[in-house]
Amino acid sequence: MKRRDFLKSVSGLAAGAALPAMPSVISSAQADARSETLLIVSEGGPNNLDIHGVGTNVPGYEVSWNCYDRLISHEMKTGPGGVPYYDRDKFKGELAEDFKIDDMSVTFKLKKNAKFHDGAPVTAKDVKWSLDRAVSVGGFPTFQMSAGSLTKPEQFVVIDDYTVRIDFLKKDKLTIPDLAVIVPCIVNSELVKKNASEKDPWGLEYTKQQTAGSGAYKVTKWTAGTEVVMERNDDWVGGPLPKIKRVIWRMVPQAGNRRALLERGDADISYELPFKDFQEMKASGKLNVVSLPFSNGIQYIGMNVTKPPFDNPKVRQAVAYAIPYQKIMDAVMFGLANPMFGAAKDKPTEVAWPQPHKYNTDMDKAKALLAEAGYPNGFETTISFDLNFAGVNEPLCVLVQESLAQIGIKTTINKVPGANWRTELNKKEMPLFTNVFSGWLDYPEYFFYWCYHGNNSVFNTMSYKSAEMDKLIDGARTAAATGDTATYDTDVKGFVDLAYSDIPRIPLYQPFVNVAMQKNISGYQYWFHRRLDYRAMAKG
Amino acid sequence: MLTMIGKRLMFAIPSLIGVVIVTFLLTRALPGDPAAYFAGPAATKEAVEQIRKKLGLDKPLIEQFFRYTNDLAHGDFGNSLTTGQPVAAEIRNRLPASAELTLLGLIVSIVIAIPLGVLAATRPGSWVDHLCRVTTTAGVSLPVFFTGLVLVYVFYFRLGWSPAPLGRLDVFYSAPPTITGFYLIDTLIARDFEAFRSACSQLILPATTLAIFSLAPIARMTRASMLAVLSSEFVRTARASGLSPATVIVTYAFRNAMLPVITTLSMVFSFLLGANVLVEKVFAWPGIGSYAVEALISSDFAPVQGFVLTMAVMYVLLNLVIDILYGVIDPRVRLEG
Repeated sequence: MKRRDFLKSVSGLAAGAALPAMPSVISSAQADARSETLLIVSEGGPNNLDIHGVGTNVPGYEVSWNCYDRLISHEMKTGPGGVPYYDRDKFKGELAEDFKIDDMSVTFKLKKNAKFHDGAPVTAKDVKWSLDRAVSVGGFPTFQMSAGSLTKPEQFVVIDDYTVRIDFLKKDKLTIPDLAVIVPCIVNSELVKKNASEKDPWGLEYTKQQTAGSGAYKVTKWTAGTEVVMERNDDWVGGPLPKIKRVIWRMVPQAGNRRALLERGDADISYELPFKDFQEMKASGKLNVVSLPFSNGIQYIGMNVTKPPFDNPKVRQAVAYAIPYQKIMDAVMFGLANPMFGAAKDKPTEVAWPQPHKYNTDMDKAKALLAEAGYPNGFETTISFDLNFAGVNEPLCVLVQESLAQIGIKTTINKVPGANWRTELNKKEMPLFTNVFSGWLDYPEYFFYWCYHGNNSVFNTMSYKSAEMDKLIDGARTAAATGDTATYDTDVKGFVDLAYSDIPRIPLYQPFVNVAMQKNISGYQYWFHRRLDYRAMAKG
Repeated sequence: MLTMIGKRLMFAIPSLIGVVIVTFLLTRALPGDPAAYFAGPAATKEAVEQIRKKLGLDKPLIEQFFRYTNDLAHGDFGNSLTTGQPVAAEIRNRLPASAELTLLGLIVSIVIAIPLGVLAATRPGSWVDHLCRVTTTAGVSLPVFFTGLVLVYVFYFRLGWSPAPLGRLDVFYSAPPTITGFYLIDTLIARDFEAFRSACSQLILPATTLAIFSLAPIARMTRASMLAVLSSEFVRTARASGLSPATVIVTYAFRNAMLPVITTLSMVFSFLLGANVLVEKVFAWPGIGSYAVEALISSDFAPVQGFVLTMAVMYVLLNLVIDILYGVIDPRVRLEG
C-alpha cells in the first residue's frame, strides 16, 4: 500500500506541476468514509428510478427495492451453502405493523411512525394511491400486479388513516406473494401529485429522476450510465437500521476491469462477470464468491412446434437425445449451474420445479428416432440466440450445432441483437433457439402458466398448445387457491410429465446467480429478483 | 479572413442538412423495434402498441421527420429512452469528458511525434529513424481497446501505479463545480489540488492509449514532409549562406513542412474521436462515445442522431479551424481567400 501511494504521487507529479502534499486529515476522513461506503461495480445501470415507469430496466429494480418500502416482505431462511435466502412462504410487515388475511380480503395496519424521505407520514391514502398507480399505469407493473389477480383500483380500500383493506377478485394463492414483489411499492403521493401534470397524471416523469419513497436508502445523485449514489435514510422503520451509510454504484462496461477492481480491492461487490472469471476467483479464494441457483429459472432449447420438422414429437425427442448436456455444463457454465438432464430412469416425478428430465446424450437413439420420424438424412434449420447474453449463448449454440450435425441436422447460427430479441420472440417464427426464463414467484404452476399454457403468452416461445396441458395447469391453479393438496400434486406431476414426454422445450440447466465480493463484506441475501439488498449488508 | 470564414460556414450548411436526413433514415432502418424493447419482456401485443403510440412511432415517417427537425430547430434533441434524460443535456454533460481526453491524447501525441519525426528526417537511416518507424508501426497496429486493456493490466492490476479505471475522478472525490467541463481546468479554478491530481492520474492511461494509437500518422507525415523540404533549394541556399543548422531546420524548413502535418492533425483528431468510443468503454469514461454505443445497442434513436449531429458540427468547426491555421502559416492561402 505504501509503495503504491508513493508511486501514485510520483506519477501525479510527473504529469503535472509540483503539487502541495496531501493533508493527512483528509486522508483519515476518507478512510472512515470508505469503511461505511459500499462500492458496487456492474456492467449496466438503471434507466429509471421508478419501477412503475415506462421500460424500467432490471438495474432499476435494484434501486426501487432499496429506496421504496412495500406493505409486506419475505422472511429469511438459510439457503444452499448457508447463504440467507428469502422464504417463499413466510411474510413479515415492512410498512405494515400487522396484517390479517380473511377469506376474500386482507387488512393491513400501517406503522404509525413511518415517514417518507421528505418527512411526510406514510398514510393509508398513500398506499391506495400507489397501488392504484401500479394497476393503472400499464406495461410491466400492471402486468405483474395482474399475476396476483390485482387489477382494479376498487380492490384497494382505505378504512382509516392507518388501515387499508385489499379485496380479492377471486381466490388466488399468488395474491399475497404478489404484494411482496418489487412492483407494489409505496410512493409519496402528495409529493408526486404536486409534480404531476395533466399529460402525466401519475407523475412518472418526476419519479423517473428521483426517489419519492420511505425506504432505507434514497438516491442523492444519479448520472445515467455512469453512477448512482445512495445515502442511508436514518429514519427508516421498515427494519433494523442498515450498517452501510452510503452506496456508490459505478458502471464499468469492461468485465476484465471489474475483475481487476475486485482483485485489487478497490471495488466491494460485482456481478455480471463471465463464468470463467467466477470459477477462477472461486478457486483462488481471495474473494467471497456466492453462487446460488435462480429460483424458478431454466435455460432451455426451444423448438417451434407449429412448423415442420419440429411439429413432430419424435424429431423433438431426437434433438433432446442429441444435446451435449455435460459438455455445455463443463465448457460453457464451468460447472456453475444445476444440471436439468439425465435423471435416473426409475426416478419418480416430484411435485417441484425445476426438476431434471430423463434425456441424456445418446446419439444412436437420436438417429433412430429421427429415422422413425421420416428424416433419416436429417434436415437444415437455424438456431437463434440473444446477443445480449452472447457469453453463454454463443458457445452453447456452437456445441449444439456440432452435436446436431452428427445426426444429420445442419444448423446455421442466427445471432439476434439484444434490441431485436423480444421482437423476434414475439413473432414466434424462430424454429430453434435458446433462452432463459425465470419467474419471480416461485411456484411450478406460475412457470407453466407462462411457458406452456395454450393462451400463448410471449414466454410460450414454442407456441405449444395442448388441451390436456391447459387442463392440468388450470387444475393446479384452482387447487392451489382452494388448498386441495391431493389434486394439486397430481396436476403438477401431470404437467411436468407431459412437458417432458412432448418435449417442446428441452431444459438444459438451472443457472446460478454469481456475486463476487471482498472478504470483509457480509450480509448478502438471495432474493427472488436476484439483485442486491443493501439493507442487510455490512463492511468490516 | 472574415469573408473566408463566412464562405466556409455557408458550405457547411448543405452537409449538415444531409447529415440530419441521413441519420434520421439510418436510425429508422436499424433492425429492432424500440417499442418492443421498452415494453419489457412480459409485454402483451397491446402494451407494445401502447408504447409505440407514446413514442410517436406509429405516425408516418415523413411526419416523424418534420416533428424531429422542428424540435431540432428549437434546440431539442429529444429524450433518450435508455437513460431517460434529454439528449441535449446529456451530450452537453458528456462532451467535455470526451473532448478533454481526446485533446490531451492529441497533445501528448504531438509532443512526442513531431520532434520524433523531425529528428528522424534530419538523420535518415540512423537509430532515431528506426526507433520512430518501429514505435509508430507498433502503435498503429494495435487496436486501441487492446492497448488500453494492456495498460490497465500492467499499470493498474500488476504494478498498482495507476488508479482504478473508474472514470474521471476517484470515487471518493466530488467533481469540481462546472465552469469549462474540463476537470483539469475546473479543479484548478476551484483550487482543489487533490481533485486535480486525481483527475490527472485518471487521465494518464486513457490519454496514453489514444496517443500511442495516433503517433504513427503524425510522426510519419512530419518525417516525410521534412525530408521533402530539407532537400529543396531554399534550404540549400540557407545552408550555403551560413545559417546555423537550428535556424535552418526550425525557422525555414519546419514552417514549410507544417502544412501537410496540420492536415494530418485534423484527420487524426477526427479518427481519435472514433477511437474514443472504445477507449471510453475500457476506462468507464463518461463521454459521448460510450453513450452513443449504448444507445445504438438498444435502438434508441434520439441519442444516436444527436451524437452524429454533434460529431458533424465538430468536424465542420475543425475543418474551419484548420483552414484558418493554413492562412496563418502560409500567406499564399490568405491571398487566395
